[in-house]
Amino acid sequence: MSVVLDPKVPDGPLAEKWDNYKFEAKLVNPANKRKFKIIVVGTGLAGASAAATLAELGYTVDAFTFHDSPRRAHSIAAQGGINASKNYHGDGDSVHRLFYDTIKGGDFRSREANVHRLAQVSSNIIDQMVAQGVPFAREYGGLLDNRSFGGAQVSRTFYARGQTGQQLLLGAYQQLARQIGLGGVRLFNRSELVDVVTVDGRSAGIVVRDLITGEITSHAAHAVVLATGGYGNAFFLSTNAMNCNVTAAWRAHRKGAYFANPCYTQIHPTCIPQSDDTQSKLTLMSESLRNDGRVWVPSKIDDERPAAQIPENERDYYLERLYPSFGNLAPRDISSRAAKRAVDSGRGVGPLKNGVNLDFQSAIDRLGFDTVWERYSNLFEMYERITGEDPTKTPMRIYPASHYTMGGLWVDYELMTTVPGLYCAGEANFSDHGANRLGASALMQGLSDGYFVLPYTIGNYLAPMLNKPTPGTDHPEFKAAELAAKARYHGYVSIGGTKSPDHFHRELGHIIWDYCGMERTAEGLEKALAELPALYEEFKTDLRVTGTDEGVNQTLEKAGRVDDFFQLGMLMCRDALEREESCGGHFRVEYQDAEGEALRDDENFSHVAAWEWTGDPMTSIRNKEELTFDNVHLAVRSYK
Amino acid sequence: MEAIQNITLKVWRQDGPADGGRFENYNVPEISDEASFLEMLDVLNERLINEGKEAIVFDHDCREGICGTCSLMINGQAHGPARMTATCQLHMRKFASNDTIVVEPWRASAFPILKDLMVDRSAFDRIIEVGGFITAPTGGAPDANLIPIPKPVADAAMDAAECIGCGACVAACPNGAANLFTSAKIAHLNMLPQGQAERFARTEAMVEKMDEHFGSCTNHGECEAACPKGISLDFIALMNQDYRKSKFKNRKSLSRT
Amino acid sequence: MASTISKPAPDRSPVTGTATQKRKRKPFLLDIYSTAVGKKYVMAITGIIGIGFVLVHMIGNLKMYLGPAEFDHYAEFLRELLVPILPRTVTLWLLRLTLIGAILLHIHAAYSLTILNRKARPVKYQSERDYVAANFASRTMRWSGIIVLLFIIWHLLDLTAGTLNGSGFVRGHAYENVVNTLDRPAVAIFYIIANIALGIHLFHGVWSLFQSMGWSNPRFNKWRREAAIGIATLIVVGNVSFPIAVLANIVKVKS
Repeated sequence: MSVVLDPKVPDGPLAEKWDNYKFEAKLVNPANKRKFKIIVVGTGLAGASAAATLAELGYTVDAFTFHDSPRRAHSIAAQGGINASKNYHGDGDSVHRLFYDTIKGGDFRSREANVHRLAQVSSNIIDQMVAQGVPFAREYGGLLDNRSFGGAQVSRTFYARGQTGQQLLLGAYQQLARQIGLGGVRLFNRSELVDVVTVDGRSAGIVVRDLITGEITSHAAHAVVLATGGYGNAFFLSTNAMNCNVTAAWRAHRKGAYFANPCYTQIHPTCIPQSDDTQSKLTLMSESLRNDGRVWVPSKIDDERPAAQIPENERDYYLERLYPSFGNLAPRDISSRAAKRAVDSGRGVGPLKNGVNLDFQSAIDRLGFDTVWERYSNLFEMYERITGEDPTKTPMRIYPASHYTMGGLWVDYELMTTVPGLYCAGEANFSDHGANRLGASALMQGLSDGYFVLPYTIGNYLAPMLNKPTPGTDHPEFKAAELAAKARYHGYVSIGGTKSPDHFHRELGHIIWDYCGMERTAEGLEKALAELPALYEEFKTDLRVTGTDEGVNQTLEKAGRVDDFFQLGMLMCRDALEREESCGGHFRVEYQDAEGEALRDDENFSHVAAWEWTGDPMTSIRNKEELTFDNVHLAVRSYK
Repeated sequence: MEAIQNITLKVWRQDGPADGGRFENYNVPEISDEASFLEMLDVLNERLINEGKEAIVFDHDCREGICGTCSLMINGQAHGPARMTATCQLHMRKFASNDTIVVEPWRASAFPILKDLMVDRSAFDRIIEVGGFITAPTGGAPDANLIPIPKPVADAAMDAAECIGCGACVAACPNGAANLFTSAKIAHLNMLPQGQAERFARTEAMVEKMDEHFGSCTNHGECEAACPKGISLDFIALMNQDYRKSKFKNRKSLSRT
Repeated sequence: MASTISKPAPDRSPVTGTATQKRKRKPFLLDIYSTAVGKKYVMAITGIIGIGFVLVHMIGNLKMYLGPAEFDHYAEFLRELLVPILPRTVTLWLLRLTLIGAILLHIHAAYSLTILNRKARPVKYQSERDYVAANFASRTMRWSGIIVLLFIIWHLLDLTAGTLNGSGFVRGHAYENVVNTLDRPAVAIFYIIANIALGIHLFHGVWSLFQSMGWSNPRFNKWRREAAIGIATLIVVGNVSFPIAVLANIVKVKS
C-alpha cells in the first residue's frame, strides 16, 4: 500500500519558514550535548562540515570514511564554484532569485521550502568558508570575485581557480581535523558502512567493515547521518571517483529509508569523450569553460576536416542558435541533450566521432591569450595531459557524461529519512535540486546541509531522548546485522565463478547508460528491466572474487558495491518508466514538444516518487510526496 | 590512437605491513596509448582475477589528479616520469613498446605499506590536526568581504593551498621529509589575514608534529620536482622563517602568562 | 589466511585527541635545536661562520703573492689582533674556539640529521631511483664534508701545529712553512682535491642556507644560486691557486 509522505514543512510565509522552525525546534542544553552520540558517515563537504559543527556544539561524534583520510572525499573534485546570493556585484541577485533559479533549474520538481532555505543560508556559507581561510578568487581591490554559471543570468558563483571543491573540502576537513585533534570527533578511516541498524523502527547505529583487516564491527549512536554521496557510478563510466558508490544509502533503503527519484541523474555536458574500451573513468572539464568557449559541430555530416579548416559558415554553433538568450550557458540537461543530438546526427568530432567542439578561439581573439590562459590554465593543462592536444590550438572535444545524481534518500524538511534518527545530507539525499541541478549548487547544498541545517534539526530529534536508554551494540539487531554482513562478504568470495566485479559493473553500466541515460523510452526501459535481473542472477552465480574476506581486498569491496548498484539500477529504470513525463535530467522521448524540448506533466507528476523496499527492487512500492508551489508559477522551462 | 606493445611490469607485491615483499613480473601484451597508467593496471588486474590470482592492491580514487589518493613510484620517480602529473593522470603515451616499468610503493617509516602498493599516509592528518586550520567555529563568521585580501596575496595562498596531500614529496625526498607538505599548509594559512591570530602557534605545533614522523629537509628540491601541483620550495623557506619567529614570539607570549 | 593471525595487526583504533598531548619543553636553545628545522638553523649559522672564515683566510693567503715579508707580517697581525685591549694571541684563540665550536656543532647537527633521515626511510627503495632535481653536490654533502673535515685536521697539524710539515717547520715563518709543504706534489694534490670538495660543499651549502634560515624573497631568490656559485668559485680558485703557484715556482722561498 503506498502512502503519501509528509515533508513536515513549517508553517508561515516561505521566507519565514526556516526562522520559524529554528525558533520552535527543541534545544539540547550545552552541558547535555556530550551525552548524545552522533555517527556521521562520509567526510565530504556535507559529512565533514556536519561532524565538525556537531562536535563544536558539544555532541560526541564518530566520523567514518572509507578513504584513508577525510580529505579524499569526492567533493574535492568539484571544479567550477559555489553559488551564493551575496549580490556583491549589484547585478540583481537576491535570495529569492537564487531560490527561483534553483527551482526553475530543477524543472519544478523540488520542494519549495528546502530550496528557499538553501538560498537563505548560501551567504553564510561564503562567510564561513572565508573565515576558514578558503582562498577564493579576488579582484584587485581585494574583494571577492564572481563568475557566471549555467542556468543563471547573474554572476553569483564564487570560485578558487578551477579547484573550488578542493578548497572548500580542505576548509571543512581542516575544521574536522581540529575537532579530531581536540578529541571532539573520533575518526574511523578506511571503514566502509555495510549496514544500517534499526531497533523498533528507529535508527540505532551502523555496521562497518574495516577495509584493512576485513573485520566487521557495530557502532551504536543516538542519531546517524549519512553523507555518502551520489550513485553516478551506476553508469560505470562517469565523472565520479572510482570508489563512489551507493552502498550506504542503499543499505539504509533496505532498512526502511525511502529512496526518492532515482531516475533523476545529471549528465554533465562538458566531459572528455571516451577514447577507448579500457577506459574506466571519464574526466569532467568544468562547466565554467562555457563562459568563454563556444560549442559547435560541423554543419555537414561526416566532415573529416580538422576544425581549423572548417570555415565559419560551415560550423553550427547549435547552442547559440537554439537558445539565443543563454547560448553556450544553457543548463546542463539541455546542453547535454543538444550535444547528443549533434553526435547522433553524424556530426560528431574526434577519432571516434563521439564529441562536439568547445572552441576558445574567439575568446582568445577578443580577450587575448593571457587572459584566457589565466582563467582556465589548469583545465587546459589537464585536458592536454589526458588527450595530448592543446585546447588553445585545436578546439577541446567534449561529450556529456554521468556526473551527479539528484535522486537519493528521501528526507523531510529536517533532512531526516523515513527512519527516525537516520539523517541524510549532501548528494546522498534528494532534497534540493529537483530533476536537474544547476552548476555550482552541489557545493552549496553539501555545506548548507552540514553547516547550517543538520546542527539545528538533529537537536530537535535528540532533545526528548535525554537520559533515556538506547540500544547498544550487544542488541540482537546489531548481532544479526553483523552476521548478515559477514555472510554477505564471505559469500562473494565463495561463489567461485568466472567473471570479475568490474566485468559485471561494465555490463550493468552499458544497460543503464543505453536505456536510462540521456534519453529514455518506455520500450528501452522495459528492455533494461528484462535484462538487469538476468545479469544480476549471473552476477550472483558467476562472480569471481580472488583473495579472502580478511585483510585488504579491493576486489571484494568492489563486489559489494556492484551488488548494490544492480539493485539500484533496477529501481532507477522502474522510476524512469513510471515517470511518464520529461523533466530536467529525466528525458522521455515520448514526452517532448514539437521542438524536441522536455514536456512536463504537472497535473500527474508534480510529485516526488519515494520508493519503499519490499525485499526485491522489482517490486518496490512507489510512494508519493506531493509538491505544492505557492510561491512560483509553474512555467515551461525555457532558456531560449 | 596507437597501441603500445609488450610492456613488462615489475610490480612490488607485499602481503602486509610486517611481511617481506618482492617484485613480480607481469607482461602487458598490448595497451592503447590513450589509456592511463592506472587503467593499464585495471586491465592487468582483471586478467589476474580471471586467472584466479589476487589483484594488485593500489590506492586510487578520483583519477583527476585532485584527491591525492594515488601514489606509486614508477621507474624511480614519484608519480612517474611526467612533471606536474599525478599517477592517475599519467598516460601510456609517455611510454614506448617493449619498455620495462618498475612500480614500487612509496617508502617512508611514516608511510607503512599496508599491502602491495598501498601505504598508510595518516601521518599527514596528524600534522593538520595540531594546527593546519583556522579556528572559526560554524556560525560566527563576519561578512566575507569585510576583510579585503589583495589579489596577489590570495593568489599566493592559493598556490600553497593547491597541495593534494598525496605524499609524493615525502616519497621523492631522499630523506623522507615532509617539509613541502607541511610548509604548503602553513604558508596557505599564514599568508591570509584570517590566519594571523594562530600563525605562530600553528607553525610551532605543525613543525614539531612533523618532526615526530618524518626526516629532515636538505634542500635537494626533489619534492618540488615530484609534486603534481608544482608546490614551490619557497614555501619551505617561509615555514623555516615562521618557525624561527614562532619560537621567539611564542616564548615571549608564554612568559606573559 | 591463517598466517595473518600471528602477525601484528595494524593499529585500527579510532583517531582522536591527537592535538591534546603536550610536548615536553627543554631549555630554549636546546628546544629549538631538538627539532630538525632547528638543527638546520644551526647548520646554516655555523656554515656562515665557516664561509666567513674561509673567505677571510683565502684573502689573507693572497698576501703570499706579495712575498714573505707581507705574508709573515699578516700572520703576525693575526696574533696581535685587538692588542692592547687583549693580550697577544687571545683574540686569535677566541676566533679559533668559535670556529672549532662551529665545526663541532655543524658536524653534530649533520650527524643527528643523517640518523633521523635514515630512520625516516629504514627500508630503501628496491629499484633504482631516478633523481630529477637533486644534484651531485646536494647528494654528496656528507662525503664532501668529511673530506673537508679531514683536510682541516691535516691542515692544522701541518701549518698550525707543524707536526706534519716535515723537518723544516719554524713557528712564525708562515711563508716558508706554506711553501715547504706545498712543494710536495702529493700534498699539493690533496690540497687541491680538498678545496674542490669544499667548493662542491659550498655550492649546495650556500644556496641551502638561505632556504634553511628562511631567507626567501622573490626579489633576490634568483640570486641565491648565483651567490652560491660565486662564493664557491672564488674560494676554490683562490685556494687552488696556492699549490699551483708553489708547484709552478711562482711562489718560492728565496735562498
